[in-house]
Amino acid sequence: MTQDEVFAKVREVLEEALGVDEDEVTPEATLGGDLGAESIDYLDIVFRLEKAFGIKISQAELMADDVLGDPQYVQDGKVTDLGMSELRKQLPHADLDAFDASRQVDEFPNVFTVESMVKFVQSKV
Amino acid sequence: MRWIWIDRIIELKRGERCVAIKNVSAAEEVLHDHFPARGDRPAMPVMPNTLIIEGMAQTAGIMVGHAGDFKEKVILAKITKAVFTDAVRPGYTIRFTAEMDNFSKAGASTHGTCELIDPDTGDTRPLAKITLMFSHVDHNMAGIEFPEHNFVFTGQLMDMLEASGFKSQAGPAN
Repeated sequence: MTQDEVFAKVREVLEEALGVDEDEVTPEATLGGDLGAESIDYLDIVFRLEKAFGIKISQAELMADDVLGDPQYVQDGKVTDLGMSELRKQLPHADLDAFDASRQVDEFPNVFTVESMVKFVQSKV
Repeated sequence: MRWIWIDRIIELKRGERCVAIKNVSAAEEVLHDHFPARGDRPAMPVMPNTLIIEGMAQTAGIMVGHAGDFKEKVILAKITKAVFTDAVRPGYTIRFTAEMDNFSKAGASTHGTCELIDPDTGDTRPLAKITLMFSHVDHNMAGIEFPEHNFVFTGQLMDMLEASGFKSQAGPAN
């Protein structure tokens, strides 16, 4: 499956799960900031990606949300050095460079862009 | 307050499907505020669509709860889509059919149809299509604390389930 084919399907999934228009789903759009995804939407997206691509995904695998709930990786609302290294290991599909500058947990949803979803799916199909 | 918007479960297939019935009565106060008479027209009592969605959430919620042996706190987390094609006046029956799309440790997604039944003629016509997401809230706490006891599957829903002839405890599929 080519990157364009994966992108087209991912875009369809995000349009349906988030009720957004096709032209809003650009590769660089962030799921939380630009497309308005809330926590339950990520589970909806996981379910829809599984169905669309015939793959199995755990939410932790896609988002590493177990890392952010672990006190050895997060202190005072910021991800520690150990936490950053764990995130980089668990999320090879995400671009963490911008997040690394602030490491604020509440900015973490902005790590997930449409492009990172496409990369993640490509690693699974 | 009685917050129960279905009257009877008529089918419950574990992890797959739940069908419920609601008879809409003129005795329900809410219908008379929706919509009362105005100077330019008489009263138009109809079942509010929001409460029809709640009826579907209760039908689908029981299906999701049953699939997890009623151990999880199943919370309606998202109305993904709700499309209505008719309105329900008193004296009619709504049949809710909920089906499971996905079920996981974190939650579930369901889709369902509502049909409008005329008890006089037996005629059935489409009323709505409703797609929902449920969270198993203990697995999605996000720092929020919830009571330990299961505040979702309490007396009203479980009594109705048992009165419909289904066991509310964990056990084999009914």
